[in-house]
Amino acid sequence: MDDALIEKLGILADAAKYDASCASSGAKPRSGGKEGLGSTTGAGICHAYTPDGRCVSLLKILLTNHCLFDCVYCINRRSSNVRRARFTVAEVVELTLGFYKRNCIEGLFLSSGIIRSPDHTMEQMMLVARTLRRDHGFAGYIHLKTIPEASPWLIEQAGLWADRLSINLELPTDHSLKAFAPEKNGGTIKAVMGQVNERIVEAKEERRRFSPAGQSTQLIVGADDATDRSVLETSGTLYQRYGLRRVYYSAFSPIPEASSVLPVKPPPLQRENRLYQADWLLRYYGFTVEEIASGGEGGMLDLGIDPKLAWALKNRERFPVDVNRADREMLLRVPGLGARAVDKILSARRHTRLRMEDLGRLSNGLRRARPFLIAADYHPAGGLTDRLDLRQRLVTPSSQLSLF
Amino acid sequence: MRTITLREGADLDGFRRAVRRLAAARTAPEAVLWSVGAPSLFGDEAPAFENGAPVLLPQAVGRLIETVVCHSDPERYALLHRLVWRVLNGERALLDQHADPLVHRLERLDKAVRRDIHKMHAFLRFRALPDPAGGERYVAWFEPDHHIVEAVAPFFVERFESMVWTILTPKGSLHWDRHRLMTGPPAERPDSLADDRFAEGWLRYYESTFNPARVNPTAMRAEMPRKFWANMPETAAIPAMVRAAPARVQAMLEAEAAIPRRRMPEKAVAAMARQAPDSLADLNRLIQRSEPLVPGATQAVPGEGPEGAAIAIVGEQPGDQEDREGRPFVGPAGQLLTAALEEAGIDRGGLYLTNAVKHFKFVQRGKRRIHQSPTAGEVKHYRWWLMTELGFVRPRLVVALGATAALALSGRPVSVLRERGPMAFDGWDGFVTVHPSYLLRLPGEEERRRAQAEFVADLRRAAALA
Ligand code: SF4
Repeated sequence: MDDALIEKLGILADAAKYDASCASSGAKPRSGGKEGLGSTTGAGICHAYTPDGRCVSLLKILLTNHCLFDCVYCINRRSSNVRRARFTVAEVVELTLGFYKRNCIEGLFLSSGIIRSPDHTMEQMMLVARTLRRDHGFAGYIHLKTIPEASPWLIEQAGLWADRLSINLELPTDHSLKAFAPEKNGGTIKAVMGQVNERIVEAKEERRRFSPAGQSTQLIVGADDATDRSVLETSGTLYQRYGLRRVYYSAFSPIPEASSVLPVKPPPLQRENRLYQADWLLRYYGFTVEEIASGGEGGMLDLGIDPKLAWALKNRERFPVDVNRADREMLLRVPGLGARAVDKILSARRHTRLRMEDLGRLSNGLRRARPFLIAADYHPAGGLTDRLDLRQRLVTPSSQLSLF
Repeated sequence: MRTITLREGADLDGFRRAVRRLAAARTAPEAVLWSVGAPSLFGDEAPAFENGAPVLLPQAVGRLIETVVCHSDPERYALLHRLVWRVLNGERALLDQHADPLVHRLERLDKAVRRDIHKMHAFLRFRALPDPAGGERYVAWFEPDHHIVEAVAPFFVERFESMVWTILTPKGSLHWDRHRLMTGPPAERPDSLADDRFAEGWLRYYESTFNPARVNPTAMRAEMPRKFWANMPETAAIPAMVRAAPARVQAMLEAEAAIPRRRMPEKAVAAMARQAPDSLADLNRLIQRSEPLVPGATQAVPGEGPEGAAIAIVGEQPGDQEDREGRPFVGPAGQLLTAALEEAGIDRGGLYLTNAVKHFKFVQRGKRRIHQSPTAGEVKHYRWWLMTELGFVRPRLVVALGATAALALSGRPVSVLRERGPMAFDGWDGFVTVHPSYLLRLPGEEERRRAQAEFVADLRRAAALA
């Protein structure tokens, strides 16, 4: 590794950092054995955290930040003045193996600007993955960010080597996509998601390997005027129709060389955080988009409190909930109780009538849950849920997430 | 009161033997004093331990014991013994009672050990040193909170089986020589582990992947507490990164939004759209350099025949002989097809012949390579290639031989014997008939002759349609 390569690494890691996805999970456990290198454990590991609190799990780089497209929100668009660089296939392979052997990473997340043509670019990316797997027996994690404008055969090939394929939708509505990413097309992107989903499902049924950790996407929040409700509706559709594993939300971040079409001020980071919480409720807690949106105002989530609490405060008549009686579904709706705590409650209450002291050992969120539940020795005094200042009392002042 | 002394560290064996003995003697936890670390491993109790019979415990209890013995809490054995005692005395499902103070405490110990193991998997860094025996040797220094050195070994062996490495910690060490794992005594921090260029590259990566607009050191420290930093090369950059972040963001916000530069490389952007293969030869080159999407295959077998042929015939996939020669329909089924075409008065040279799947899928049995039918999913992997190919040939009629070809062309499962005859394919006029290998498999002479006549008749009908 020489100075020039380190220099390129700096440029192409910097250019890749706006992609929020970092997960290295979902691959079946496997290992490279005596001849190969590496393993996947299923859950994935964060090997470091940067001072922005984000996890470093995969070597997240671009093959190149040259790009023929002109997406305004992107630092690599052709009209931006950034420094450009380009890796060869061999260089990416060398970096991935070198860092992997030092236990710095779980594997590679490779994305790219579009050079020459989408097909040419995608083929280079696919070759990186193929070289790692076939020539080096690399058994670590590989995530390829698919270029939706590339020909379908490249997707068929990429899925042979990658653990996960992702296709970024970037903007929640076709309208904003047209305005901000003139060369992109919502229809094309969704068609590719459909193709990938079909192949993944078929391969699973036929017990073959094809992008075994599924597919994911990213939505940029706050670059256009889409509401949280419309963002969540888009996610809901993506989960249902294309079997996506994850939708990542990336609060639009100020970039050097910003285009004048963009908002000058970024959205509060808290918005991204609330969207993740809402997404979680959508997938694991049985909430609908409608219910989540009803917790806020005008289609936007309440930035001050989490969406579950927001929903509970607007549906006070459904509380308090008796922890010794309520079903799982209702317990999951109690603010402060996570799925893990709910399962512990269900198993513990078969042996004993739960008191507050017990609950304190089962959950870390009891302070927030208290007004919403009934235990053997506890009933919220004077209809606490009717108190107007309840919201105030439960909000933890949190400013550390926003710098502005 | 009995005193039981176990080995320093995570003495799972010693604890197991002690428990067997104590259970046999029905000794209550209140009557036992646990201690750790005397050099005589099991004191005078040792021989007696061998005699205890195994104690039957629920699996979850066994797993909890395995983790908790690694904890550095001196009370761990006493707590575990109380758990075992209660489980054996009627509380079989004790571990489900998460609200029980003992269970709660043990769960916390369990969690702490797991977290320690997880952090060691994550934050340990190897440095490469030149190996006198040739190649590279990897060395790491790490300081875990608990006695987890042996517990982490399987992870590192599995992940780095092909490397030679050593892990040094104050609680013991591990060495892997690509064949055997050796455990060693506690080690001292090595004076210097020279950083290679990759450590430098990693530092640059770490700095560059950080987004100053989102600085949040609290979240970082929650996941990566300071105590780990000393052994992670990248953390040296943290103070400067945090310090410089606000100014970097301010500069971005203050910078006048750049007027989009009118950089419009029209030629390049126009050229970008012409990425699809522009000839049949181009497509075939692309197929040939691609990875087979079915297991087996030595090479891709492209289609053959004139572009502009009136009829394209699509088979299932190349067979053994086709795979060796790289040409379609040259094996036994191909010969049968040639004969049938002759009988029907059709010139084989004027047809375009190809397969739905471009590679031979087989399993090896001794010397023989046994044909395997492609699955529906595998057929779909090849579909874009087939359709693009037909786009170059532009036949007036596409004949599907057998169910696989019919599936590839129509996109749905087709029952050949029931639906044989004309059929509209995706964008093409089509015709479905049997695959000649079907004729080869028919048992009776008579049956075969009749089927062959029907096949020839089908070919005649198809030719007439084209
Ligand atoms: S295609 Fe990708 S890299 Fe190129 S400008 Fe758009 S988002 Fe950026």
